[in-house]
Amino acid sequence: MDLNTVVEIRDGRHPAPWRPGDAWLGGGTYLFSEPQPHLRRLVDLSRTGWTPVRRGPDGDLEIAATCTIAQLSRYARGLGAPAAPLFEQCCRAFLASFKIWNMATVGGNLCNALPAGPMTSLTAALDGECLLLAQDGGRRRVRVTDFVTGAGRKDLAEGELLRSVTLPARALSCRTAFRQASLYGLGRSGVLVVGALDPLDGSLAVTLTASTVRPVRLWFPLAPTAGRLRAAIEGAVADDEWFDDIHGLPRWRRHMTFRYAEEIRRELEGGPR
Amino acid sequence: MRVEVNGRSHAEEPRPGQCLRTYLRERGWFGVKKGCDQGDCGACTVHVDGEPVHSCLYPAFRADGRAVTTVEGLAPADGELHPVQRRFLDAQGFQCGFCTAGFLMTTAALDEDKLADLPRAFKGNLCRCTGYRAIEDAVRGVTNVEEPAPGEAVGRSLPAPAGPQIVTGTARYTFDLDVPGLLHMKLLRSPHAHARIVAIDTAAALRVPGVHAVLTHHDAPERHFSTARHEHPEEDPDDTRVLDDTVRYTGQRVAAVVADSEAAAEEGCRRVEVTYEVLPAVLDPEEAMRPGAPVVHDKDAATARISRPEANVVGEAHGETGDVEAAFAEADAVYEDTSRTQRAQHASLETHGAVAWFDEDGRLTVRTSSQTPFLTRRALCALYDLPLDEVRVVAGRVGGGFGGKQEMLVEDIVALAVLRLRRPVKLEYTRAEQFYGATTRHPFTIAVKAAARRDGTLTALRLRVVANTGAYGNHGPAVMFHSVGESMAVYRAANKRVDAYSVYTHTVPAGAFRGYGLGQVMFAVESALDELARRLGLDPLEFRARNVIGADEPMVTPGGHEEDLHIASYGLDQCVAVVRRAQAQTGAGAPAPEGWLVGEGAALAMIATGPPGGHIADARAALLPDGSYDLAVGTAEFGNGTTTVHRQIAAGELGTVVDRITVRQSDTDVVRHDTGAFASTGTVVAGKATLRAARALADLLLDLAAARLGVPRAECRLGEEDVLHPGGRLPLKELYAGARAVGVECAADGHFGGTPRSVAFNAQWFRVAVDPGTGEIRILRSVHAADAGRVMNPMQCRGQVEGGVAQALGATLFENVRIDAHGRVDTAAFRRYRLPQYADVPRTEVHFMETADAIGPLGAKSMSESPFNPVAPALANALRDATGVRFTELPLTRDRVWQALDPGAR
Repeated sequence: MDLNTVVEIRDGRHPAPWRPGDAWLGGGTYLFSEPQPHLRRLVDLSRTGWTPVRRGPDGDLEIAATCTIAQLSRYARGLGAPAAPLFEQCCRAFLASFKIWNMATVGGNLCNALPAGPMTSLTAALDGECLLLAQDGGRRRVRVTDFVTGAGRKDLAEGELLRSVTLPARALSCRTAFRQASLYGLGRSGVLVVGALDPLDGSLAVTLTASTVRPVRLWFPLAPTAGRLRAAIEGAVADDEWFDDIHGLPRWRRHMTFRYAEEIRRELEGGPR
Repeated sequence: MRVEVNGRSHAEEPRPGQCLRTYLRERGWFGVKKGCDQGDCGACTVHVDGEPVHSCLYPAFRADGRAVTTVEGLAPADGELHPVQRRFLDAQGFQCGFCTAGFLMTTAALDEDKLADLPRAFKGNLCRCTGYRAIEDAVRGVTNVEEPAPGEAVGRSLPAPAGPQIVTGTARYTFDLDVPGLLHMKLLRSPHAHARIVAIDTAAALRVPGVHAVLTHHDAPERHFSTARHEHPEEDPDDTRVLDDTVRYTGQRVAAVVADSEAAAEEGCRRVEVTYEVLPAVLDPEEAMRPGAPVVHDKDAATARISRPEANVVGEAHGETGDVEAAFAEADAVYEDTSRTQRAQHASLETHGAVAWFDEDGRLTVRTSSQTPFLTRRALCALYDLPLDEVRVVAGRVGGGFGGKQEMLVEDIVALAVLRLRRPVKLEYTRAEQFYGATTRHPFTIAVKAAARRDGTLTALRLRVVANTGAYGNHGPAVMFHSVGESMAVYRAANKRVDAYSVYTHTVPAGAFRGYGLGQVMFAVESALDELARRLGLDPLEFRARNVIGADEPMVTPGGHEEDLHIASYGLDQCVAVVRRAQAQTGAGAPAPEGWLVGEGAALAMIATGPPGGHIADARAALLPDGSYDLAVGTAEFGNGTTTVHRQIAAGELGTVVDRITVRQSDTDVVRHDTGAFASTGTVVAGKATLRAARALADLLLDLAAARLGVPRAECRLGEEDVLHPGGRLPLKELYAGARAVGVECAADGHFGGTPRSVAFNAQWFRVAVDPGTGEIRILRSVHAADAGRVMNPMQCRGQVEGGVAQALGATLFENVRIDAHGRVDTAAFRRYRLPQYADVPRTEVHFMETADAIGPLGAKSMSESPFNPVAPALANALRDATGVRFTELPLTRDRVWQALDPGAR
């Protein structure tokens, strides 16, 4: 929709003092989808020229905030890593269609900080780390699980920019398992659970999103028993942290989370293949 | 900025926050539609450098240097259609057509992988009309339309006349026109569920550059009216003002700002300073009826036509036949429970809105997305003391209605602004406003008690119905009355009782919605009878079959008998037989996943083929100088396909092909009167007027030809372009010229008053599988039997049934307009209010009954609302069969189904 209070588009390549009413413009698929009467200027990131996805010499994967979902999906198809299938699974977990993938960005999805954000699911599950650039030029790194702190809440200061997310090579070598539940067929996630089994040490990470108000990543040095997994989830998610919104009753989300976590534990039980 | 659109270059700078959708429409590319403006519905899909995107989300400035293709540019320049356009025409993969441009542009961009997975490929495209089967056919290259043949139109699957315009993006909907000097209106809406407006200061708003006027309750007429539109306005309570000094729901309009641009109007709304005295609100209808509850309308009962204002009861019905209590005492089995249905939204893809101006003759002209142009004109004239001939109301092609546009929700305020400013003014709702500023389906609570004898005789049926009509009464009483009509009359029980209430609350008003109350009550009745049969150890379908009325039996309701209602054809027995056949085919349909529970269920429905109290249609058929025909009808086209049917009826009578008949419609200038396209009357009432007009014209032409040729009239007959007679052919062109020379006009009128009426029947059957571990329901097979009398156009009628089933599945499985504790709508977007998507809708096998109605035109009956009605109870009955649990509350979302089935969760 038209954002009628916006009076200026600024080019993100040319820094200017941040003002109230400024917002970073990534793909625009969120900003243009709801009224934003508080906004006056959009700082356009589309001309930054950042490489969408880059594999570093150490095997780490750096995903630019401006990387579109379509670019990530295409890249992952050629990504020779055990965790590669998880990328497409998470892309497909978007409520939005492939047309939105052409515009929506990985950074935008993370910064929306919605429990059902599938790029949060992907990057949290693969132990991602955000690179944040402050207005004063300062840089800091925050793990994705610490970046998204609640439904719509994130560790991002006024004017601070999410530059990229880096997934460590070790995580990319994991064997993954994915489960998603929605109230509707191909609908918005009410529950999204990812398992990542490290082939080197046999450790297992189970990451809960969509059913919880923030991403919860549980790490087990050795694959846990069903009971230990369940206890770990119960210990990690407080009663009021099961997300309560129109996309599923908290009790159902909790139930489905346990169910899927256990399914994932069993699926990955066989160890590295 | 330099952007190439369909090969044409545009250099105008977009506004900084402008999206591509409005940039394109402002340049005249009206094929790009606004369904939601939020990226959810896909109606605005265009290609940017070959990539499909939702143009409502695409920042316009980013199109600089790029090539954009809209539906208008999809076809190659050689004049041929794009193959996808051709296929949508051949399959008629549309109804109202508002979503079609988006489907075309998306389909054209699908590669092999995506074509193999259409449910996923169409995640970003919503269609409210078709139920998606016709769209799948279009994508797969199935041809559904038939070739026209002279005089053989009725009963054939002829294509919609607007098809070529729809697939090329040139069909003109309400806002698809350029009005010079147009001003834009935006509405300031109440943040409170109930408040008195103590003061409104418009000074700051008027200072906003570009703002021309701010209208408040001080500018509005004192008189009250009803937004509901009926032939007889006295059916509905007069409880509404154009702008009121009291607000009764969150979202009610408080002020209207008119400005040069939407941006200035929005800014004006933000600058209006309103002082409210917040008052206590009541959101629940049962609470609203209790003594001491806040009164929603402190009005005179007789003047406003409110049953009991002090108790918040706007309308009520009470009645009894026989003695239900005695029957309960004597019965072998009694079943009792309470069902609840939720608020649903019509969600037509085109929002409400109107654009109005004074024409060169000084007539107020209102172009609106309405099902009732004639009644809206009448209401505007009554409201502003204007003579009928000084107001013209026109509907373009309407992008879906479903009852929501049997209402005057925008025309009154737009007209006020035009009368005040003498300038053209437009108001176009946002998608969010559709949810909190329009109307919804009525939420119902139905306490049902039913009793039967061991032999399977239903002896008593008692209903207590509470319908929450929200803050204004509009359709409330009429919906309440209708809800307990055919739903009770279809069963023979000797003892029936009803107590029904339409109740005010401080919530968004409910209004007319496909089914008009019947679906809600049938959910309760059909569920209860299913349960009662089980208690008696009887087959639920057999139990129903034994107790439904037969072809010669009276239709009895506790509210009284409707004199003009007849069973002029009876296909209910055939409907039951269709369900029996489906039950017997145990191997048909999809297999159930392992470990899932499986069950089946059915429900029946009856509906009158028109509203009580008369429904008027005028039509005029005329021969034109070139030997083709003009047909003028009042009824509106919003995807119901009546235009197709009217041409077919006329072509049959006139012995010609449909292509030689041009239909002009939904314009108060073209005929004397038309009550409107609602209550499923487009074919049975308006079609009957067309039949009469065409028949009268045929008679006239044959008389003229016989006289001119000097042959007996019986030896003449009408052909495609000529009158055929023993001596050869008399071209219609010549006949016209000859008649004109002697001052005879080759035209004839047809009229129908909508009475008497018949009844149509439907049955729905599902086999479902349910995963008790997750609550997921999978429909394994869906069968629908429809008694539409003689089917005028099987392709279109099938589409109506499929669309009705799909819409009903949405209301059964997940659609829900939620209202929070403060009375605010919490689901004001498609991403929060789930509409059935391609992936959600199973294919339904549609069967038509072999009946011919004695009242309807050429034996036809209505088939617009009724397919909706048996769906929810059939699904709930199947779910009961599978799980043993009776679900009495809609919608049946996975979380709630799981919760009911999980022993630990209960």
